[in-house]
Amino acid sequence: MILRRLWEHDLAWSFRRSPVTIVATALTLIWVGAALLAPWVSPQDPFDMASLNLSDAFTPPAWDEKGIGRYPLGTDNQGRDILSTIMHGARISLGVGLAAVLFALVLGVSLGLLAGYLGGRVEAIIMRIADVQLSFPAILIALLIDGVARVALPGDRHDELAIPVLVLAIGFAGWVQYARTVRGSTMVEKSKEYVQAARVIGRRPLAIMLSHVLPNVMGPVLVIATIHIATAIITEATLSFLGVGVPATRPSLGTLIRIGNEFLYSGEWWITLFPGIALVVLVLSVNLLGDWLRDALNPKLR
Amino acid sequence: MRLLAAILALMVAPAYAVTLKWAAQNDILTMDPHSQNHATTHAIMQYAYEGLTRYSKDYQIEPCLATSWDKVSETQYRFHLRKNVKFHDGSPFTADDVVFSFGRIKQPQGTNQIYVAGIKEVKKVDDTTVDLMLEGPHPLLLKNIVDFRIMSKSWSEKNRSQNIQDYSKQEETYASRNTNGTGPYLIKGWEPDKRIVMAVNKEWWGKLDGNITDVIYTPIKSDATRVSALLSGEVDLVTDLPTQDVERLRKEPALKILDGHEVRTIFIGLDQHNDELKYANVKGKNPFKDLRVRKALNMAIDREAIRKVTMRGLSIPAGIMIAPGVHGHSKDIDIVPKFDPAAAKKLLAEAGYPDGFEFTLDCPNNRYVNDEKICQALVSMWAKAGVRVKLNAMQFATYIPKLLNFDTSAYMLGWGVPTFDGLYTLQSLVHTKTKGADGSFNQGRISDKKLDEIIDQLKIETDTNKRDALLKQGLEITRDQAYYVPLHHQMRPWAMKKGVTIVYSLDDRPQARFATVK
Repeated sequence: MILRRLWEHDLAWSFRRSPVTIVATALTLIWVGAALLAPWVSPQDPFDMASLNLSDAFTPPAWDEKGIGRYPLGTDNQGRDILSTIMHGARISLGVGLAAVLFALVLGVSLGLLAGYLGGRVEAIIMRIADVQLSFPAILIALLIDGVARVALPGDRHDELAIPVLVLAIGFAGWVQYARTVRGSTMVEKSKEYVQAARVIGRRPLAIMLSHVLPNVMGPVLVIATIHIATAIITEATLSFLGVGVPATRPSLGTLIRIGNEFLYSGEWWITLFPGIALVVLVLSVNLLGDWLRDALNPKLR
Repeated sequence: MRLLAAILALMVAPAYAVTLKWAAQNDILTMDPHSQNHATTHAIMQYAYEGLTRYSKDYQIEPCLATSWDKVSETQYRFHLRKNVKFHDGSPFTADDVVFSFGRIKQPQGTNQIYVAGIKEVKKVDDTTVDLMLEGPHPLLLKNIVDFRIMSKSWSEKNRSQNIQDYSKQEETYASRNTNGTGPYLIKGWEPDKRIVMAVNKEWWGKLDGNITDVIYTPIKSDATRVSALLSGEVDLVTDLPTQDVERLRKEPALKILDGHEVRTIFIGLDQHNDELKYANVKGKNPFKDLRVRKALNMAIDREAIRKVTMRGLSIPAGIMIAPGVHGHSKDIDIVPKFDPAAAKKLLAEAGYPDGFEFTLDCPNNRYVNDEKICQALVSMWAKAGVRVKLNAMQFATYIPKLLNFDTSAYMLGWGVPTFDGLYTLQSLVHTKTKGADGSFNQGRISDKKLDEIIDQLKIETDTNKRDALLKQGLEITRDQAYYVPLHHQMRPWAMKKGVTIVYSLDDRPQARFATVK
């Protein structure tokens, strides 16, 4: 019964009608599955240094005449299996992306709610900060935060703290969109009768914000969040490509592309190409999913 | 008429101008020849400044600003200076300049004192003669002073540059931004991180072996960009080649590769001084003080795999701390430890670490060829012997202060030998640490009385046979006690256009005076 209701729901209907979205969803699910199950299904554990064999380094993909079946997509310069590394790398990329989006979402939505509901000086301060931050590209802000954190943290703990720092950096760089959207919707909702009614019966502002306004402004936020995941993954990859992201001993997709980039001239194309394709496919499918969600939830386009 | 002459001059000049465009990885740190003991800085400064002696094409000592020398006694050398030599500003070169430069290079804010180590005093005899008074017998004197460059006393005084700049305080002086030497090329301009422009010194006392009238040096940090610059014909000569691109460049019809090895040995140093390692999980004792542990670390490394895969054949696996080409090196003592992870594991168990232990390896990531990649490979090789290593890679600029403060348990370093004699390495790396040149880079604070005696004797032993035997003994003890973990001797091929001829130099410093461009 529930399944049937779901199947006939507007969203499901629009989903069924869009083959692109179905493919994108399938690909995203495969990625999430690969990332979640990487420790159990990947042929090799690329983070276990004892399992690496330097003499297997630079093995081309299996279909090449010099390839070995054990390494379907070849190996990198340390003898890491590219397929396993991509799976583990996607784990880091997706994990960092999701965590950063969650952080940005919580921060942005709270500030947006406060600004929109309270108005006045609070709104002015929050929104001016947002305006100033909007004038910088997100990658620059992430680089700045990452750079400051690197100097501030003790040298020998960089590697352990690299991922949390990355999450904070990317999250901080992305909160503005949420805050602006939520503030706009909150201002609209604030003047509606149900909010006024809640106020009249004496509910406190915080309670009104959380239990009455918040659920009604979350629609657009979810759309932004989905698209933001793709951006966050790209930002993480860019930072790692520039060498300030995750350490080389625990490579993410961006790190892999950077490592492979050095070997393009000498003909070892697979080290950079496969992680590159993986990144494109991952980001594209998440992005397509976000696009579809935006269209499907937009009443004007229905 | 004058205009016509000017036009003519302009038309004629290019016909004789031959430019060598050279690109390498790093920029110079300063133009003060006494300030920084830094490879690239020395490589450029030797174009403008000269010493009393210099190396010939085949690395023999030959006269430079001194035409000849006599040994008056074991502790006194008399140098006869070249006459009619002029500095670039036109002032004559005299004995006063040598005395002045000696006083200058010894100033504590510089890092080049090692090149005059063992010299007590420089005495002027007359305008073209100086006496070098030595602290004791000094068999390496003539090689040691090659990088002791002579500055003009009058020019330095006129421009208030009698003192070496204080580089650590980022001080700039006239001499750190301008040059005035006697060398074959004048430095016309230095735009930091962009280019150094040099032109031939028409008044030079010597004769060029090539036809280069202008040199443009371009530091290009990125490996790929540097190689592209050569492929596109933007530069004529590239040093600091990325190992993985050498094979491809060999196949380029328009290019040629000049093979050679640098006299530099890459090794891992271990803290053998502290009673407990700073960065390890072993409490209460220092595993590196145990010979069995050091031997095990040595045996767990597959140097041949590093040579083949990481270095693409461009290294010579090492068993001792000096490279071929350095006096004291011979194939029969440079025995590479046998790769045997099982035996390494057994040795570790005997030493009381059946489950291995954990430590942090500090590693530079922009100094030596493939430095960080080698460290990564080591981590995986040692992991197979049960030793878990955390890799801490960083830029050389932050790395060096860390080492100098002994803030490390294990570190990677490369040691080049500008004097081409094994004593330089033993004295700097193995001799017990002192405030002076002895043990100047012994950052693991190895201390072995027997080796100290050998090294101190080496400094003064003038009998060649006895000295060679001592040198061999010193290198062998260092090897057998596994005080260091030598990895390999670096090979540093240069790539250039087909039309370029140049002499390979073991110190990785191309000299335009030996170069021809067609």
